[in-house]
Amino acid sequence: MTSGESVTVPVSDRKRPQRFAAILRSQMRNIAPFLTLICLFGFFAAASPSFATLDNLGNILTQISVTGIIAVGLTFVILCAEIDLSIAAIANVTGIAVAYFTLQESYVNIANVPMPGWAAILLALALCALLGLVNAFGLTVIGIPSFIMTLAMMQIAAGISALLVRGQIAYKVPPLVSTLGSTSIGGIPWIVIVAALMLLGGHLVLTYTRFGRYVYMVGGNREAAEYSGLNVKLILGSVMVISAVCAGIGGMLGVAHFGSAQQNEFDTYLLDSIAAVVVGGTSLFGGRGGIGNTIVGLFVLGVLNNGLDHVNIDSFLKILIRGLILLAALVINVYAQRLRERTAD
Amino acid sequence: MPAGPKPILELHDITKAFGGVEALRGVDFALSPGEIHGLVGENGAGKSTLMKIIAGVHADFSGRFILDGRETRFRSVRDAHAAGIAMVHQELSVAPDLSVAENVFLGNQPTNRLGLVQWRRMAREAGEQLKRFGIDVDPMSRLGDLPIGLQQLIEIARVLFSGARIIILDEPTSALSPPEVERLFATLKRLRDEGTSIVFISHFIEDILRVSDLVTVFRNGRKVAETRAAETSKPALIEAMIGKGREALEETYTHDIMLPPPAEKPVVLNASGLSLARSLREVSFDVRSGEVLGIYGFMGCGQLELARILFGKLRPDQGTLAVAGEQKAFRSTADARRAGIAFVPESRRDMLFHQEPVYKNISISVLDRISSLLLKPSRERAIATRQVEQLRIRPAAVELDLGMLSGGNQQKVALAKWLSYPPRLLVLCEPTRGMDVGAKNDVIHIVRDLRAKGLAIIVLSTEPETVLSLADRVIVLKRGAVVREFSNERISKDRLLEAA
Repeated sequence: MTSGESVTVPVSDRKRPQRFAAILRSQMRNIAPFLTLICLFGFFAAASPSFATLDNLGNILTQISVTGIIAVGLTFVILCAEIDLSIAAIANVTGIAVAYFTLQESYVNIANVPMPGWAAILLALALCALLGLVNAFGLTVIGIPSFIMTLAMMQIAAGISALLVRGQIAYKVPPLVSTLGSTSIGGIPWIVIVAALMLLGGHLVLTYTRFGRYVYMVGGNREAAEYSGLNVKLILGSVMVISAVCAGIGGMLGVAHFGSAQQNEFDTYLLDSIAAVVVGGTSLFGGRGGIGNTIVGLFVLGVLNNGLDHVNIDSFLKILIRGLILLAALVINVYAQRLRERTAD
Repeated sequence: MPAGPKPILELHDITKAFGGVEALRGVDFALSPGEIHGLVGENGAGKSTLMKIIAGVHADFSGRFILDGRETRFRSVRDAHAAGIAMVHQELSVAPDLSVAENVFLGNQPTNRLGLVQWRRMAREAGEQLKRFGIDVDPMSRLGDLPIGLQQLIEIARVLFSGARIIILDEPTSALSPPEVERLFATLKRLRDEGTSIVFISHFIEDILRVSDLVTVFRNGRKVAETRAAETSKPALIEAMIGKGREALEETYTHDIMLPPPAEKPVVLNASGLSLARSLREVSFDVRSGEVLGIYGFMGCGQLELARILFGKLRPDQGTLAVAGEQKAFRSTADARRAGIAFVPESRRDMLFHQEPVYKNISISVLDRISSLLLKPSRERAIATRQVEQLRIRPAAVELDLGMLSGGNQQKVALAKWLSYPPRLLVLCEPTRGMDVGAKNDVIHIVRDLRAKGLAIIVLSTEPETVLSLADRVIVLKRGAVVREFSNERISKDRLLEAA
């Protein structure tokens, strides 16, 4: 047919490099974070003999596990071009809840409600799922932008945490949680295994299931998804719940990992999780990226945080450096989007 | 080359590729002061690409760009603006939340010495400019509250009165009513007589012939003809556009068409008393299986809202819908899809995923039929490949990103996604808008095939030709109400326009 002939124009051989450049440009989002990781790793390996050891690799893996678990759900949310600012607070309240429903030592001055371990875990999971549902309700039914809705939820979850612990610290969690959070099997910490399994599960859902496809399509063009007869609100609501539950699991294991449950314990995890997802190359505009990107992002952050401890550097400067790296990643993220749009124009 | 004054703009040997696909190949183009230059060509022929190069949108091309006799190169739209070049793009680009006046002065609001915006002066001047253009609206009203046709006119007005000396209009008339087109042409001619150079792109060849001095024809990224408008004709231009050896495909619909008597088939959809705020009043109609119902009306008559009610995107304030005799209250578009209703909106951008491959665009609407939990990519590709063959989508590569396809082929993909499991009712908004002759004809054939298979089809359009070429029965909407139904009688473009 006549209408499409113009795009079937064959590409002459002298144009090959141009096409290669086009592919390179469209893959910028995946290549740049990976290059960043290699550069950082190379730099720290050269700067410190203690960095590139098997032991330290294990340290890095453990250090990024809690962030990794939380980032799984956040990846779903960002792929839909939404944001969840309540993840750290939900992680915190879930960790506190699981301790609240566990019998504490007598010197812990918390009016807790002891229950069997399985019941405590289920109640904690129900709590984070419920908070996720409230996020979902606000976003899809009432129509509050996720940025504002989850900002409110951040405060609500912090409030529930405060009410439960009242400034005290709880230590005991159910045996299953403390096993997964703070012990190892065959030299590998359970928490690393859980993080790996959750990342794998997230990847499988996003790549091989119908729901995963819908997530990408809703993020790619919400209007088009709606006009294709997808239940966009259901999908957006689901990702908010998934995000809250992942945060809750991260929170429970985190509490076991740190050995205590207290207020504001997870505050740094909000920025770290968002940074991991975005640094990895998942588009803030939705529809591009995935768990693979998040894993690269986790390692970039993990290597950076860990590596800065191995080189002699002002610990106050570390914070600034992390901020600058995050900024650079954001610039690449937005720039990659623009390059791709231009290529597909 | 016709003799004339020294050209203000000359392009030599322009070549531009997108990701390995050449959109323009060695094109020469010249524009003289005080000239209206018409551009025609099928979708994807390269017209818009060339104009975007002139307007500074595409900075990356090869060839020589000579403005006022000096070789230049724009790095951005801003550079082009500074050089006095302005363009109205095919897609509306206005700020709906700002006032009419702010839109007219977008980017160069009048300010006082302190740098503060002079609101009263801006409103007064905007009002005066729009009146000269035949638009009488309150300059302080919110632009988004006006009908789309009026918004488009205001966008055109902004560019026309921006003082630019080269003005490019890409499909400016597609959303305009006939009197609005008249006013636009009168203004264009006046600007030309004042020395402005105008490039006018349109699929409406009559419009091109009426308003242009020179006409250039593009085909497949090349310039294939340039003639004086007075020395050519519509058939000659169509032949140049689509190549030799083809029949003139487009009918003019100036003669009467006989609508068939209503078929004795089951009613697929019954709408009764649909009302929506200020948009629709008591709209009722039936569609039967194997029938195409045309819904015609000018821009803003309520057809966009009606279509969205049928697909569950909007909920009516009053009235009911029944699908195959069963009352339905759609709570989402997913409900409507499950009831067997398919929908293609008037804008392709709202319907398609440009960064995703063609096959995912086609399979999205049927994923829940072919997989419960896990995706079946090979099944998806098979379905997409079959649709690509049936609808003759080119290039026939289901792995290609949708954005690489030309507009007409994208429109076919928007149809294809609904056809692998045929729906009961297909709602098409402006199915042929902005399409070239060949692609238009393809769509007409597709719709007729579907009708023969027993689908009920509703075609909503502001273009009389579209309705006349497709419909078995026509209802005319005016300010949200049904004012006329044509069935089993003679109909023509004149009568349709008269009724609206």
